[in-house]
Amino acid sequence: MPKYTLMLREDGTAFAGLSPADFQAIIQRYGAWRDELQRAGRFAGGHKLRDGAGRVMRRNSSKIVVTDGPFTEGKEVIGGLFVIEAGSYDEAVAIANDCPHLDYGSIEVREIEVTRP
Amino acid sequence: MIDDVNFQHVFAHIVATLTRILGPRHLSLAEEAAQDALVKALQLWPHQGTPSNPPAWLIQVAKNRALDLLRRDQRLVELEVSSDGERAAAMQTQAVAAGAMIAAVDGDPSSAARLRGETPPPDDDQLAMMFLACHPILAREARVALTLKTVCGFGVREIAHAFLAREEAIAQRLVRAKRQLRDADVGFELTAADYAERLESVLDVLYLLFNEGYAAHAGDRLVRSDLCREAIRLGDLLAEAGARFCTVNGAAAVHALLALMHLQAARLPARVGEDDVLLRLADQDRSRWDTASIARGLQHLDAAASGDALTVYHLEAGIAACHAVAARYEETDWPRIADLYDSLLGMKPTPVVALNRAIALSRVHGPRAGLAAVDAIAGDAVLARYYLLHATIGELALETGDRDRAAECFRAALACECSEPERRFLERRLRAAREGAGAPSP
Repeated sequence: MPKYTLMLREDGTAFAGLSPADFQAIIQRYGAWRDELQRAGRFAGGHKLRDGAGRVMRRNSSKIVVTDGPFTEGKEVIGGLFVIEAGSYDEAVAIANDCPHLDYGSIEVREIEVTRP
Repeated sequence: MIDDVNFQHVFAHIVATLTRILGPRHLSLAEEAAQDALVKALQLWPHQGTPSNPPAWLIQVAKNRALDLLRRDQRLVELEVSSDGERAAAMQTQAVAAGAMIAAVDGDPSSAARLRGETPPPDDDQLAMMFLACHPILAREARVALTLKTVCGFGVREIAHAFLAREEAIAQRLVRAKRQLRDADVGFELTAADYAERLESVLDVLYLLFNEGYAAHAGDRLVRSDLCREAIRLGDLLAEAGARFCTVNGAAAVHALLALMHLQAARLPARVGEDDVLLRLADQDRSRWDTASIARGLQHLDAAASGDALTVYHLEAGIAACHAVAARYEETDWPRIADLYDSLLGMKPTPVVALNRAIALSRVHGPRAGLAAVDAIAGDAVLARYYLLHATIGELALETGDRDRAAECFRAALACECSEPERRFLERRLRAAREGAGAPSP
């Protein structure tokens, strides 16, 4: 079955307006969403990335230039990702559609390409 | 597992613990650390699974976060120390203090029970936090907002919703309150003197929370049971953890308020009928009253009889008890209720008390006596915007057979702000007045 990544984007201000009760409700729905995927054998892993502790590397003519980043202020960055299995891109989108991350961020759904000519 | 955890209470526990360790001037930092712990939980648990002891996880992460935030502040202080010789000494002192705080946070044993997954003892930190949030230097609405935010774990949006205020207004109110506490250099540890000085203010805030929950001013729900529940929870905390501070009269006042809240809460299940219409006392199915809650209320009323000071809570609890013990509406002891309202009006001469006294008089001496008493206060500008004034006159007019006046009054009541169940009730009464249907007593 094809695999898809759900790239979870959020900006640094996304959580400011959430109350403890909001957090609890979202976390509970998140748990149910994940359990459901696991039961159906569609969950293939997930990771949260450490906030604001990355560097961006680029080759600039002959030398490597390293800059700090990504910066979380003011724009959406990838905060984590899930890998799921789905029969089609539409099915993957339907799964992402129920993901509670959409309460405070956006999700980019991409198929992991495997080409065997 | 996570279903057993109340994030609002864990949040409040973290804020209270950190505020005790760091001092009230770091209250904002404590809140920030608690909030950041919740963000981390939301970001991490979906990936790595829910921890076996979620509160312990949140507390530990919040403490670590508080350390980070303090170190950040300390670094800022050190930077200033190196660039400004004149203020160096003061800054140095602050830096040392922050260092000591960091050590204190790391070594704090207070959350040990929770961290081990045991039931925590009565929470002294919560009690102290409540007395901090209700400090008399703060305006009344600021005390309420700060209590809901720090002791009940409500969000700004939820507080704004409960009090029909704008979110920005609530947020500003909270910032200003915290600044006032900082400027006044208020300590966290509660002393018997603090307790005596602030108890009245604490009781007032709980009373207000309960009433706001009991009769929400607008919206589609008549009762915001979460506000009532929180007010009772904090009242229990006051009676238990606060017992060692209390004078006899102070304890009696706490019990009187708890009696009032339990007796009122007992009727909650019966207040809204089918079709979500408000039901009056006369129309309520009394078998739906919560007998356990009534029993608790009467116990507290007994306990409230110790001491020699009579508070408004005693009188209001006494009135609520008269209703609670009447098996049928017709058995209500209205003469006693009218007497209690006479006393209450002496201590708390507000138009709303006067209105309720008029209703009691109408049950004892008939609708015309009630109307005379209402007419004496109907000119009050605040009361004129209160639907219950017009509804009461409408009911009494209906009882005297004056259907035109009754209809006019129910229309006036409908023009006032009220909740949806109340509005449906008033529309029903307006139809009754127009159609000359039966005129049950108010």
